[in-house]
Amino acid sequence: MTENPDSSQKRWGHLRKVLERPGPFSHPDFEPSSEILDFVMTTCKVLVIGAGGLGCELLKDLALMGFKQLHVIDMDTIELSNLNRQFLFRHKDIGSSKAEVAAAFINKRVKGCQVVPHFCKIQDYDETFYRQFHIIVCGLDSIVARRWINGMLISMLNYEDGTLDQTSIIPMIDGGTEGFKGHARVIVPGISACIDCTLDLYPPQVTYPLCTIANTPRLPEHCIEYVKIIQWPKENPWGTVIDGDDSQHISWIYEKSMERALQFNITGVTYRLVQGVVKNIIPAVASTNATIAAICATEVFKLATSCCVSLNNYLVFNDVDGIYSYTFEYEKKDDCLACSQIPQTLPIKDPNKMKLKNLIELFCESTTYQMKNPGLTTNIDGKNKTLYISTIKSIEERTRENLNKTLVELGLKDGSEIMVVDLTSPNTLIVKLKFLNEDVEMSS
Amino acid sequence: MASPSPKSPEQSDKSKKYDRQLRLWGDHGQKLLEKSKICLINATALGTEILKSLVLPGIGAFTIVDGEKVTEEDIGSNFFLEETSIGMPRAQAATQGLLELNPDVRGDYIDESPEHVMAHTQDFFNNFTVVIATALPEKVLMPLSRQLWATGVPLVVCRSIGFLGYVRLQIKEHCVVEAHPDNEAPDLRLDKPWPALRTHLDKVDVSSLGTKERSHVPALTILYYYMQKYKEMHGGSLPKTRSEKDELRKMIRTSLPPDGDTSGALEENYEQAVRFVNVCINSIGVSAQIQAILDDERCTNLTSESSSFWIICAALRELVQSEGSLPVRGSLPDMAADTTSYVTLQQLYQRQAQLQAEAVYRRAVQIARSLGQSPDIISEAEVKLFCKHSSELYVLRGNCIADEYQNSSPNIAPYLEDPESLMFYYVILRGLERFISEYNTYPGQFDDQVEPDVLKLKTLIGKLLSEWGCPTPVTSDDRVHEVCRYGGAELHSVSAMLGGCTAHEVIKLITHQYKPINNTFIYDAITSTSATFFL
Repeated sequence: MTENPDSSQKRWGHLRKVLERPGPFSHPDFEPSSEILDFVMTTCKVLVIGAGGLGCELLKDLALMGFKQLHVIDMDTIELSNLNRQFLFRHKDIGSSKAEVAAAFINKRVKGCQVVPHFCKIQDYDETFYRQFHIIVCGLDSIVARRWINGMLISMLNYEDGTLDQTSIIPMIDGGTEGFKGHARVIVPGISACIDCTLDLYPPQVTYPLCTIANTPRLPEHCIEYVKIIQWPKENPWGTVIDGDDSQHISWIYEKSMERALQFNITGVTYRLVQGVVKNIIPAVASTNATIAAICATEVFKLATSCCVSLNNYLVFNDVDGIYSYTFEYEKKDDCLACSQIPQTLPIKDPNKMKLKNLIELFCESTTYQMKNPGLTTNIDGKNKTLYISTIKSIEERTRENLNKTLVELGLKDGSEIMVVDLTSPNTLIVKLKFLNEDVEMSS
Repeated sequence: MASPSPKSPEQSDKSKKYDRQLRLWGDHGQKLLEKSKICLINATALGTEILKSLVLPGIGAFTIVDGEKVTEEDIGSNFFLEETSIGMPRAQAATQGLLELNPDVRGDYIDESPEHVMAHTQDFFNNFTVVIATALPEKVLMPLSRQLWATGVPLVVCRSIGFLGYVRLQIKEHCVVEAHPDNEAPDLRLDKPWPALRTHLDKVDVSSLGTKERSHVPALTILYYYMQKYKEMHGGSLPKTRSEKDELRKMIRTSLPPDGDTSGALEENYEQAVRFVNVCINSIGVSAQIQAILDDERCTNLTSESSSFWIICAALRELVQSEGSLPVRGSLPDMAADTTSYVTLQQLYQRQAQLQAEAVYRRAVQIARSLGQSPDIISEAEVKLFCKHSSELYVLRGNCIADEYQNSSPNIAPYLEDPESLMFYYVILRGLERFISEYNTYPGQFDDQVEPDVLKLKTLIGKLLSEWGCPTPVTSDDRVHEVCRYGGAELHSVSAMLGGCTAHEVIKLITHQYKPINNTFIYDAITSTSATFFL
């Protein structure tokens, strides 16, 4: 469908003013011309990751900032509780793919816009898919997914003789919200701080000690956790794992939690709280999503057009008390796991005592790694050896016995390299062990 | 005999749909939202973006006042106008587009200019919970501002131009009960325990407990015990300075008999008691801000028109006068302890909070009656919230926009000493308003007029500044150029950002939760920065 050029000229008059006129605050590379809007409309391909609270807003914002070559990827389907903010969805859409419904809505509303939906996980695609984009914007609620796409973009960088090939860079803009708080950041992989450079931003989730839950509950949350992690596996009322979206499951947990709370004289168990604890619900409102997505979309527009200098590189937002925003530069981490190109060295205090399971715990619990279920392999005397992989059942069974062996017993030496594969990255992380204890007893 | 198993409450579709926001402002906040009626003047992209984030969470109703027809340019920036609506009344098209978002919300429109409505239906705007105006010319803004100031209806004025945004809140008085502060110290009253709490805490001789009991005693009980020891040693006074607090910490740390654990690590509850020393020794007194509210003329001189907020405040004031402190909040932080010790303590705090809230409620009802008001205006639930949050009460007093515009010396000069201050954009936007009034167009609207308009705008700004008694050459030419470059363009993503922020400010006004801005917010998307000024 072709547009009447006159009406198109008028329709995009707002954008043309800032793109076809010089401005004192534009990027040094900015040369005003009508070609910039042409580039935005016909060439510039943008991928929106997530079609939820931020994703819906991003698609609208980008479509009205002139972008027409848009893709959106989301594995989720629409739920009733999305409708208070995910404004491209209606009651009749419940159960349908978020990506598909969002794309269809935008394409219908904004003439000429061609949003391509992808109803799948980001991990279902490889480099060949991601390489087609000029800019990637993330509206995700998962740290694991952020780290994965971050790792993907870093793996796509080309270094020639140690110099980064600028054409291999795909900038990534990341937004996030929680209640009335949010952030927006611009990441230029290989150049500025990446997601893994700032892992310490994500504190580990609050967990309650098992002995409190089992023996001395005090809070309604303790009662709910008890039912969730002790009573459910024991009684297993439906012979399945808990499905937080199944109201029968939630009702069962609610009733059992109430019983436990009554028994201990604890007040405050409500259906809403039960749902919140079981599903780990993060509160969300339309306004914060609108604000953060719009800041991200403005940054996409700046990157695509050079009409202004980009955000450098992190903005925090909070409108609980007035409206507060603060912009600052996050530093690239010299030894970042994902983007530093520096081999990781892991000091091991006592390889005779440290068991493989301790090493795996370290990868999961330390702020530096924050992994989910790492699979470990190594190379001993030129032979590949699988240390432990939990994701494939047959290998898990075969390697389970290694968990209780010490590093020395497994034949690992000072300087041995361990290859770690995890959900948090599409790439294999190589970690070099450094034994701090000099007098290693050799295992027989 | 087994007690009957509690049954799950039925979840309504509404509470499922609004679940993620009910966790923030609660069912009582939602109720206020659903009763509200919002007026939007001018369905610009910014206007519809604001309404979008109000319709989605479920305001009661909205009315759009706009006399314009939908243009091609509107379609390029406003998501709620479609190509097929070109030529239609903009108010009507936007109302249709917005109503699709939420079947719970009612909406209507008036296809007349705000000027016309002002002239013909004088009190039209007085009937709304909040009035929002975008792209409203000065000559209409001035009388509207005066009128709403007089009637007490909050007015929110916004503008989005190029990469800049402006939000101005006009409200005479706004009372916040739940401010939802990010960090709040626990309210424990260990320095001034009420009799029931004192009796309970005095019963526990912490130092003579056995190993097992010791590990189960709540941190609060441990702290109280050593506070008494400290008092005995220091003539009845509690630690105030840092070194005195260190001494108390040391008493707690070294109190464990050297049996059992040799690792030197304290048990968790003792660790917590040490941590509590800093924040929990002194009661949260009546802060200067709260005292100012209690001493406010609105609280001390009640009338038959007084709102429930001020009546409850007056009742609260009496309680504070007789007891010397605010009511107990009634919640305990979690602390390592056995269930019974913790729950017993928790119930003591809850009971005291309950008793105090009941006293304030009874008194507030009496006061309402004595003022000739219906006692029904005071609800027990409201008083309970009020007492629980009495340390966060907040009263905002704003300024009238018309006064600000007609004020000959606004307080802006100190800001202008910082060359990066966003106050410069405030000055330029005021100049822009004048430009629009004088030339009936935006500066730089036409490609061949950008340079001449820069000069005209600079002249207008110069005049404004001299009226204000500011040194003339304070604004940077670059910024004036930048604004003329925009030529009145409204960039969707800038409007969407302001729309989100403004919608939440309106929600604050409706729910009386969270603190609104006071009173001018400037957003600069060029540098991704923002600032708030009181004008």
